[in-house]
Amino acid sequence: MAAEMKFEKTSDTTYSLDVCGYVCPHPQMYCKKSLQKMEEGDILSLIFDNPSSKETIIQMVEAQGDEILEEKIEGGKIYLEIEKG
Amino acid sequence: MEEKRNTMWAYVITGALILITLIYASVDVYYMYLAVYIWFGFAYGLMLQYGRFCFASASRDLFAAGVPRMAVGILVALMFFSVVEAVLESVHMSTFHPAPFGIHMLIAGCIFGVGMVLSGGCASGSLYKVGEGNMTSLLAVIFGLCLGQAIFVDVGGVFLKLVPEAWMDKAAQYKAAGFPITSWFDHYLVGYVWHKPQFTVASLLSGGDPKAVHFFLGNALINAILPALLILLIIYYFYPRKVFMKKKKKALKKAGKDPVTTFSDELAGIWAMITASKRTSIMGILVGLTAGLHILTMAGMQNKFGVKNFGELLLRMGHTADVSMKGTVFDPGYWYITSQEGQLGAWILEKFGWNMHDNMFFGYVNGLPELWRNPALWMSIGIIFGAMVMARLNNEFKFKVPSPELIMWGFSGGLLMGAGSRPSLGCNIGAFFIRAAGGDPNGWVYGTGMVIGAFIGVSFLNWFTERRMQKQMADF
Repeated sequence: MAAEMKFEKTSDTTYSLDVCGYVCPHPQMYCKKSLQKMEEGDILSLIFDNPSSKETIIQMVEAQGDEILEEKIEGGKIYLEIEKG
Repeated sequence: MEEKRNTMWAYVITGALILITLIYASVDVYYMYLAVYIWFGFAYGLMLQYGRFCFASASRDLFAAGVPRMAVGILVALMFFSVVEAVLESVHMSTFHPAPFGIHMLIAGCIFGVGMVLSGGCASGSLYKVGEGNMTSLLAVIFGLCLGQAIFVDVGGVFLKLVPEAWMDKAAQYKAAGFPITSWFDHYLVGYVWHKPQFTVASLLSGGDPKAVHFFLGNALINAILPALLILLIIYYFYPRKVFMKKKKKALKKAGKDPVTTFSDELAGIWAMITASKRTSIMGILVGLTAGLHILTMAGMQNKFGVKNFGELLLRMGHTADVSMKGTVFDPGYWYITSQEGQLGAWILEKFGWNMHDNMFFGYVNGLPELWRNPALWMSIGIIFGAMVMARLNNEFKFKVPSPELIMWGFSGGLLMGAGSRPSLGCNIGAFFIRAAGGDPNGWVYGTGMVIGAFIGVSFLNWFTERRMQKQMADF
């Protein structure tokens, strides 16, 4: 599947970011920018399929004081649910 | 189901490499030299993929995401490798040699640094990402590191007009002596690079006759470990320290104590930074030790067969067309990435009628062996398949077709990486990692260039991705 970045507001407090198909450093950069544009307590559902970005995103999120609520891998895709801290 | 299929693929790939090794062993014992490259490549691939070991990520993730994980992993690997390398030098079992020292290393590193950020991976990182099914990285490897490099060292014509007069004069002497000097890169090699000094800190300290103490103090401690520790401290101070101390003070307050941190808290913070990503740091140690073991094994093979280069074995087997004018092929004797990919590019271009033997790089220095007799190329193939096995075993393999945008990044980044690895005669592995750990100050010059280039690349990508975000956010 070819890459197409999609950042959407799914409700007043929830957002989704789909960066499947993208390679480093795009997933981590888009994730950082998305979180910067959200309010404290908002939830971001992030989907990506570049394994190398996973550890960087987790460390970045923790260092920023955000929290990972859920993490799963299905069909080569990585799903993270992040609460903005 | 998916898990079973991935495990089956891991067995198939490993089995295929075992079969190739057995075929080589049955044809001629000299081919075991190639088998050593295959299996060390395979080991690098396993470790690179598991540790997400990418030199591009080291500086890029610091600048783009504030994450020091990879920089820490690489510095750990470098320190361990430097000690192993000093041991090997001390017992005369090292294949390492320093490179010509000069400003060209900084410039080349900078070009390479921009390229690795745009393409999404360094030279070794791109190979392991190909093993994960990443076709953007494959584009960077094929068009940038293979074809781009080969063309880069072979072009003459209008590019010769850019060559300084002094290089032309020196090149004329070599040409008169029968050297194949046609491209701008040939003039660069014989007119500039070959006249630059080559040294290690050990050779400087010893006045040209280094002993074990010089290898340990000069090469390992002064050139590798102390600079690496200094960089670790700088990274700690500017990145994780603030958050770590904030958490520490918060915990002290909660416990009813004065929120005052001490020196031992600083040490705890540094340790927390090093152990923040265990898989990367552990792989850093293993990569460092494996790179040392690789050198030892290659030196052992050379001693066993009484040669210094695989070209000599190819000549013994009658493959005279494979070797260069001086009877050698590219055979670094340690972990190296880009030159063999340039050879692959040149091999492909020769099939389309392009003469790649009429230049110094392939014709005189590195030769152009058939692909199945190219030792270092087997190492690159081993890296791809090692990474593929590890990605399959972790259910992380995914075949990804790039979009036009990613084709642009892979293509442009790959070309810049190719252009940035030739003037320095190496990439993030050969020019930075191996040299910095081996006592050659060139490694740090190239590394500095890579960091500057990565900063430029990240700044550009920041601007680009911000525009994308603004467009998406216009909808809400």
